[in-house]
Amino acid sequence: MNESISKTKMVPLPSHAIIPERDASQRPILEVYRLGINFGGLVAVEDFNIAVGRTEICGLIGPNGAGKTTIFNLLTKVYQPTSGAILLDGKDTSNMNTAQINRAGIARTFQNIRLFPSLSVEDNVKIGLHNEIGYSMATGILRLPAFYKAERRAKERVMELLDLFDMTHLASHRAGSLPYGAQRRLEFVRALATNPKLLLLDEPAAGMNPSETEELMSNIEKIRDQFQIAIMLIEHDMRLVMGICEGIAVLNYGQIIAKGTPKEIQSNPLVIEAYLGKKKGDQVC
Amino acid sequence: MRRLRMRSSIDNCLTYGLVIVAYVVIRLLLAGGNISYALQGQLVPITVYIVMAVSLNLTVGVLGELSLGHAGFMSIGAFSGAITATLLELLADTTSTTWIRLGLSTSWIRLSLAMLIGGIFAGIFGFLVGVPVLRLQGDYLAIVTLAFGEIIKNVMSILYVGYDANGIRVSMDSANALKLDEGGTIIVNGPMGVIGITKLSSFTAGFILILITLIIVLNLINSRAGRAIKAVRDDKIATESVGISVWRYRMMAFVISATLAGAAGALYALNYSSVVARKFDFNTSILVLVFVVLGGMGNIRGSIIAATVLTVLPEVLRAFNEYRMLTYAVILIVVMLVRNNATLQHVFRQVGARLSKSLPIRRKGGEV
Repeated sequence: MNESISKTKMVPLPSHAIIPERDASQRPILEVYRLGINFGGLVAVEDFNIAVGRTEICGLIGPNGAGKTTIFNLLTKVYQPTSGAILLDGKDTSNMNTAQINRAGIARTFQNIRLFPSLSVEDNVKIGLHNEIGYSMATGILRLPAFYKAERRAKERVMELLDLFDMTHLASHRAGSLPYGAQRRLEFVRALATNPKLLLLDEPAAGMNPSETEELMSNIEKIRDQFQIAIMLIEHDMRLVMGICEGIAVLNYGQIIAKGTPKEIQSNPLVIEAYLGKKKGDQVC
Repeated sequence: MRRLRMRSSIDNCLTYGLVIVAYVVIRLLLAGGNISYALQGQLVPITVYIVMAVSLNLTVGVLGELSLGHAGFMSIGAFSGAITATLLELLADTTSTTWIRLGLSTSWIRLSLAMLIGGIFAGIFGFLVGVPVLRLQGDYLAIVTLAFGEIIKNVMSILYVGYDANGIRVSMDSANALKLDEGGTIIVNGPMGVIGITKLSSFTAGFILILITLIIVLNLINSRAGRAIKAVRDDKIATESVGISVWRYRMMAFVISATLAGAAGALYALNYSSVVARKFDFNTSILVLVFVVLGGMGNIRGSIIAATVLTVLPEVLRAFNEYRMLTYAVILIVVMLVRNNATLQHVFRQVGARLSKSLPIRRKGGEV
């Protein structure tokens, strides 16, 4: 499977977006048209267009303050866009709130990890499974048989998901007491638990050492292959981005300045000027 | 994971066990005549305050929102419960259907119905108050709930309710405005509150209400809905991001909390021959909050112990009763200091470790 990824051919869509050839027969999972937001006159994102294929790993890069996280916040409705349209699986999301967006199929992680620190690792993942567990409040209070059945099933699911990242032995620990890398992985698991079609990862490799990053890269590909989902990630670690992303969008001052495959991006003079060129000195590329 | 699950169920068993053992011991002491008359009078209020503290802990400790108007819901429960009990008694005298008369002349049926109605009314008000209040967070939520507590107190102070052959009459003006027929009864008389209540509450009823409260709160906390409520406390944005409606679970915790406070209020009112709205003022809200803070946020057993100790203490130390509010203030300040000061915590822990070398020390803010 990894073989096929490295040889991905990207095909153009009518809207000048590109998606992997294998996803071209189906409608892209995410289509974004002319997305924009301004905060009291400050234009944070303007005219952002992108399409993400159903099983694509797509990268979003750019210098600090370029608006990358803002785009994630727009996609998940943490911020309300001031212009543009977001289609998830062909459906308009303009009337949805953050929780509804998640139920519609977008899960995310955060740049500054946002776990439920006082709860156990198991409970953190179970909260991700909340909508899948789905027994009523009364069932829980009265401890009806459905409660025990659902909780048992949930526990099995939690263990399956934690096992993906070799975290089953941490299940009873407090999430807030985990080391940094494990917290990032837990956030990843929790997002996966909501059964998304598109997973947004905000700097998944931040604070990780090279070998941890290596492991993360193979994990991201493993998750994509196993769950057949699209993954969009923001990352500063160019080895990760160039290593696993099939399509990359480069953002600067809230606007896309380049889109393409890793090869195209690496040789794009605009990108080198705006981002890689300046940063090359201190970046381990 | 099994460890944590088992610890939480052991914790819950301890809580139930504590309440049941305390009940049995007090029953035995009562039978032996070993409890002073003054303390006997405090038994029902203690159970009421325990339910109040546990229910407020659901909002403050588990949901993580500071509510300063909990006595308002108690007030609504007290008034609607007392009115219900009085009406049911009148109905028992006038009805011609035998089984209704028999049923309603049984005091515990009237008491249960009164607590149920008290709880439902308080729950409805909890929802109505919650709609605007739960749009706010933090200090703003505390200020607005404080205001709602005061509003409820003032509205209850001008409420007149009467009953005659034509049914129930309500007025906000005066007793005369009720225009009752001859032979009609005034149930709520404005600032004088509910009058002519038949005392229905008993220590056993309070004990059963505590058990019901514990079953609801503890089972809720350790279920899907409870996890969502705790998730809201820990991180609202993350909660939304996993597809959980924050509004829904904040409202759920708030309404359940109000409902239980209402039932406790009904139990409280039916322990006396009359009850006034002034009783359920800001001080009562703060008193219950002190129980919660002292017992530990989210620590249900702590709330029970704190409510009991702080209600009994002034009775036992009659001489110090005048300094009660001062003591509360000092205790609150000390607790705040200790919670936020690592050095003091360390000192307290060492003292605690010396006192009980065999027992492991609970970590700060322990989960239930």
